Amino acid sequence: MEPIAKKSLIGQRVPKPDAPDKATGRTTYINDMVLPKMLYGKILHAGRPHALIKNIDVSAAKALPGVHAVLTAADVPEMFFGVGRDNRPLKGGKVRCVRDEVAAVAAESEELCDEALRLIKVEYEDLPAVFDPAEGAKEGAPLIHDNKPGNRSLAYQFKHGDVAAAEASSDVVIDSVFNVHYVTHCCMGTSCVIADFDCDGKLTIYSQTQYPYNFKMDLAPALGIHPGDIRVIQPPVGGAFGSKLDVYPFEPVCALLAQAARRPVKLTFSREEEFINAPTRQPVRIHMRTGAKKDGTLTFRKVDCLLNNGAYTSWGPTVPFVMMRTFSSHFRVPNVDIDCRAIYTNNPYAGSFRGYGNVQATYATSIHADMMAEKLGMDLLTFSLKNAQKSGEVTPQGARLNECVFAECLQKAADVTDFTAKHARYAAERNKPGRIKRGIGMASSIHNAGGAKIHKSDGCGTMIKLDDYARATVITGASEIGQGIDAVICQVVAEELGIPMSDITIVNNDSAIAPWDVGVHASRTTFIAGNAAQRAARKAREQMLNAASKRANMPADALDLREGWVVHDSDGTPVLKIDKLLREMHFSREPELVMVSEYYEPPSEPENKEHVGDMSAAYSHAVHVAEVEVDTETGEIRIVKFTSVQDVGRVINEMGLEAQLEGGIVMGIGYALSEELKIVNGQVRNPSFRDYKVLTAPEIPPMELHFIESHSSTGPMGAKGIAELPTIVPAPAIANAVYNAIGIRFFDPPMTPEKVARAIWERDSKLAAAE
Amino acid sequence: MTAKVDISFTLNGHLKKVSVPIDMSALTMLRDMLGMTGTKLACGEGECGACTILVDGVSLNSCLMYAAECDGRTVLTIEGLRTAAGLDPMQKAFVEKGAIQCGYCMPGMIMQAKYLADTKGKMTHEELQRGLEGNVCRCTGYKKVFDAVAAVVGVTE
Ligand code: FES
Ligand code: FES
Repeated sequence: MEPIAKKSLIGQRVPKPDAPDKATGRTTYINDMVLPKMLYGKILHAGRPHALIKNIDVSAAKALPGVHAVLTAADVPEMFFGVGRDNRPLKGGKVRCVRDEVAAVAAESEELCDEALRLIKVEYEDLPAVFDPAEGAKEGAPLIHDNKPGNRSLAYQFKHGDVAAAEASSDVVIDSVFNVHYVTHCCMGTSCVIADFDCDGKLTIYSQTQYPYNFKMDLAPALGIHPGDIRVIQPPVGGAFGSKLDVYPFEPVCALLAQAARRPVKLTFSREEEFINAPTRQPVRIHMRTGAKKDGTLTFRKVDCLLNNGAYTSWGPTVPFVMMRTFSSHFRVPNVDIDCRAIYTNNPYAGSFRGYGNVQATYATSIHADMMAEKLGMDLLTFSLKNAQKSGEVTPQGARLNECVFAECLQKAADVTDFTAKHARYAAERNKPGRIKRGIGMASSIHNAGGAKIHKSDGCGTMIKLDDYARATVITGASEIGQGIDAVICQVVAEELGIPMSDITIVNNDSAIAPWDVGVHASRTTFIAGNAAQRAARKAREQMLNAASKRANMPADALDLREGWVVHDSDGTPVLKIDKLLREMHFSREPELVMVSEYYEPPSEPENKEHVGDMSAAYSHAVHVAEVEVDTETGEIRIVKFTSVQDVGRVINEMGLEAQLEGGIVMGIGYALSEELKIVNGQVRNPSFRDYKVLTAPEIPPMELHFIESHSSTGPMGAKGIAELPTIVPAPAIANAVYNAIGIRFFDPPMTPEKVARAIWERDSKLAAAE
Repeated sequence: MTAKVDISFTLNGHLKKVSVPIDMSALTMLRDMLGMTGTKLACGEGECGACTILVDGVSLNSCLMYAAECDGRTVLTIEGLRTAAGLDPMQKAFVEKGAIQCGYCMPGMIMQAKYLADTKGKMTHEELQRGLEGNVCRCTGYKKVFDAVAAVVGVTE
């Protein structure tokens, strides 16, 4: 046998293990599933924003052959659920937004369901409605929930230092109001759930959730059953992006239908239903004042945020948790005063969405950085470097920035794009004649990259077993929703165990099997589940090396596992095949099986009541540079080149990393340029891909990605979480580039051609009038 | 009851004879009657391309086509691309170039890519981008999809 050299899988380009099945149409997504005896469910939505339900007549629907259950609020216990415990599966008494679930049917086909819904007669008495949170907060505004005076929902404050004194000592103060808009996830697989009760009243729910353990906890109160009686199965899903982090009414409604019909029931949204009834990103009015000294040192930020809560409280109104982090830690800000309030309205409501508040907050902080630099007569790079934190600094909210490479990211982004020279040149060319104007813009942000302890636990459990053929099964709490944790876990485990990645099976889709995890969110999975997998794999490795050491008469630390062999660590000489070792261990006189478990809880802490706490085990930065062309006649913005520099800790799967960044950036560009869910008087006006414009292939700019490896001391192999920053930073980079091109600021994305053209026209008419 | 019509057509190389309601879409027939769930429903109104199939070699949105229109024609779905010899080179390239995340758009995307490769062959980057215009992907940002197609047919700047 030739010696086997040490080779690392870390940093390689690894295809997702589930890709071949997905590429061939073999994968059965939840939307494709059919269970024996399964019925279909459908929901009657209110379609009006605020009304009393005077009467519901379901008799004709019930009488329709093939209909097995018809439910209204009168048929089910009055159970409340949701982040604000203000939502019910089926609404009785009154409806508070167009989405409201008034009745539901289970029948033998979707067509029959539609027919049954048409037979349900509901009499409403419309009530005065309120759609603007500022109006909703006023005295005498229509009250949406009887027990929520002033329509007040969640509120958050954070103060640090002395903002008044800092303002008095500032040389420059800028003050702006940003209005960030409604967008929605547009998962290609629409919302879907299958519920099935057994004879003991235990529920098996096939769900798209990205949060299986909390899903049990959050679903139980909606049904009045014990969370332990819920088993969550997670078939493959067509995207999530944060939209499946909460329980939404269609899920308990489907379970209630299954309970009533005593058959499995599947409920799927049409695309139109998806646009109207699925969560949105939280819109926010951000009023921000920022101060600085002449030398560019930031002195304070004072921020007031008003959030349109909509009719019920899902994750959306909790985004200040993350927004406050950005306001207080995107750059070194010695004094901050933040006040955020969510006010109930009769609008649809927001959930969590990739970036979670940081998309909104960074739009403000990064545009203010550009404005401040201009006002101070500094270039943005110098200004940013002046205020960029260094490793070891602690932010006002207690985030400890270990392995912080913000300055390196800024410098690299400026260098590779020739930012400063181009920025000056395009600004100088701005007022010269010519229809097409060029601009370059830079933006940056910070995000948690080592999980986020928003619950008591941010942990993940992992078990690994090896069979007699050296095939490993990794049972992990981490969910796979397309993001690619499957490849990362295979790499990490194969690296430790010296077996091929193709010999590893991942089991992670059944809450009765997989151990606890807090779900796919907060850019946490590679970091948390990666750590858990690595630690479990190390236990298995240790057990195998100890057994090998006895057999080879060598100390365990002189051995290594490589390519299916136990080898001499020093020169790679093969000693024993791993599968043979495992069989010998198994069938010896002192038999042992390799089956290990690990529970990893990151070294982070929840925020205290004052919102201080080192809530993530790592933080990271990204800097984006957009170079654009603005057609001053049509208002069209074309991105000529998009550059991203991100602290990724360490590259594990280079291809998966690029894919997450590219997808995230394109989502961020869509947020900046074209996507907007138009909600007028509580009604969704553009519930189709025709009218809600996500980016398609022709609009994709050339993208250049640079990774800075800061080697997190706490991350798996040094990696940090990466998947939200790419969506967070593009919009302000583009807005700053557009300003560089045409001299107009956009405080209210998206920068659609109509909006840009109108702004140019208004500016030019004002200039003409002044002349 | 909706009237039905008897049709016969070739699906992925096999002759099929079915009786379909006249108002049923080709997509519903494939997914719900024939169990061919590889082809996806993501909008049902011709706006996303997830349901793309090839009919007599031409790509189209099966959600907009009547099942009855398949009569006498040759239909290829994502399941038919993989043969005894293994994955189609286009499928392989999508896997190897990392173009697949959630994968929900991919049956349609791959069929459209296959159509472009078969009909155009080598193309410019702009032609490729235009050729994929009708296929929405929410995960990938399309970049790795371009890389995959380029690996199969060659794409010039
Ligand atoms: S499902 Fe046919 S185009 Fe979207
Ligand atoms: S891979 Fe998820 S929509 Fe394209």
